[in-house]
Amino acid sequence: MSRLVGPVARLAALALLLALVLRPEWFEPILKPFTENNAPAIYTQSSLLSLTLAHLGLVAVASLIGAALALVMGVFVTRPMGAEFLPLSRSLVNIGQTFPPVAVLALAVPVVGFGVKPTLIALVLYGLLPIFENTITGLKEVPGNVVEAARGMGLSPNQQLFRVELPLALPVILAGIRLSVVINMGTATIGSTVAAKGLGEVIIAGLLTSNTAFILQGGIIVALLAVLLYDALAILERRVARRTGRLAEVTG
Amino acid sequence: MIELDHVSRRFGEQLAVDDVSFSVERGTITVIVGTSGSGKSTTLRMINRLIEPTSGTILIDGKDTASVSGEELRRGIGYVIQGNGLFPHWTVARNIATVPTLLGWDSSRVARRVDELLSLFSMKPEDFREKFPHQLSGGEQQRVGVARALAAEPGLLLMDEPFGALDPIIRAKAQEDLLAVQQRLGITVVLVTHDMEEAIHLGDKIAVMDGGKLLQYAPPAEILANPAPGFVEKLVDGVDRPFRLLSLSPVASIVEPGTAEGPPILETATLRDALSELLWHRRDALPVTAGDGTVRGKISLQSLLAHASGPA
Repeated sequence: MSRLVGPVARLAALALLLALVLRPEWFEPILKPFTENNAPAIYTQSSLLSLTLAHLGLVAVASLIGAALALVMGVFVTRPMGAEFLPLSRSLVNIGQTFPPVAVLALAVPVVGFGVKPTLIALVLYGLLPIFENTITGLKEVPGNVVEAARGMGLSPNQQLFRVELPLALPVILAGIRLSVVINMGTATIGSTVAAKGLGEVIIAGLLTSNTAFILQGGIIVALLAVLLYDALAILERRVARRTGRLAEVTG
Repeated sequence: MIELDHVSRRFGEQLAVDDVSFSVERGTITVIVGTSGSGKSTTLRMINRLIEPTSGTILIDGKDTASVSGEELRRGIGYVIQGNGLFPHWTVARNIATVPTLLGWDSSRVARRVDELLSLFSMKPEDFREKFPHQLSGGEQQRVGVARALAAEPGLLLMDEPFGALDPIIRAKAQEDLLAVQQRLGITVVLVTHDMEEAIHLGDKIAVMDGGKLLQYAPPAEILANPAPGFVEKLVDGVDRPFRLLSLSPVASIVEPGTAEGPPILETATLRDALSELLWHRRDALPVTAGDGTVRGKISLQSLLAHASGPA
């Protein structure tokens, strides 16, 4: 029984998401009470599907760039030649996380203009920390005698990294990417303040016209996307962990 | 043959290995014994250049190990460490195939070699090939670790506390396996341990190290009978010394003509086993037989005791 709860909840969330995005008019009766002065309950300025796809695209690109950057930095500072850059990289990444994305937008717009670019910059900076820290943790957790054996059998430093260390660190790195993706999913909504296409548009339209129905619509879609993606990435992570024998070590 | 010539290694201010020289004959087992911090592991790891010597030279079969790249050198030398260090994300077959793959063997040759090694360590290839290390018992993991080290047919096997993580029963079995495999393949083994018992049991020669210095380098019988004064003496001193001495020789070495009453002893058994049998059965002598049951003579308590005493 309890094993069915996960898949059922997952399917229900997916169905709700698809309905909200593809058939928003179905929800008019539910959302109507949240509007005032006969305002429209359903956002029709642009199609919710195209906004959702744009939002997902933005998050995907930002997460890919962020993951690539954080991974390269994480690997570099765990190599002997990069070790002394660890404190510096760590402060940089921490600043990226501490600096509010809205402030990044405000600073970036004068330099790169309105639209997708400033949003990408804000998202990439904001999402670096979990991937960077998890890359370091994952690589440091690779058992010392495994790395020692790899070296002792004549694997070159690159072979050690790509054949042994990264595959073993992968589950932990994926956990970092998962966190970063979910953070980006929510944060990407502010991109709409600088004219990047995305679901933030619906929420902001709702805020500007005091239309709670719009806010709910945008907010619920973003939340469902975040939950489902988090779940999907967690499943992927467990698969990988099982393949590397890590999970089995922990549970049995 | 391995020759260490005035080899030293300094870590910062500390001299971890201090002017060590010894040579290891081809096809023998040499055990380096010492406490932690004695420099024994550092010495071993300088042979395959996991650690570079600060000074001195190491020759393998007359060739300076510094003349090739560290990676190339290590691919030609088997290496086994404590806790085996198997790659947890690779199958047994892929683990064993590590070095052959690095050397670019073709896949059918690699597969043949993997099966051959699994059989050598009495593991059925079809049962074990596709297993992951976490699905194996401690003893099986250890054997796969040694199989992996032997995969590319190295003439030299370096072992750093290989049995340290095993429980006593599996350890004894692993030691017998090592002796059998070493004899069968005729390889040279250099093994590091902190356990004098293990050193006496396995070593053709024992190197005792302390504080980075080589204190004595001799066959086990010599170490037991004439330990260098000081650390070595303390290491081998104790109630067990006569028994250790007895455990080094087979019954065949002191068999006398004649017959005796009582349960027979195999000529391949150690003198220690013979003593225990004699005491248990309250006999002054017992018959000695070969593996096929033919009587070879007798072994007497008197000659046995003469063998167990230290220098007068």
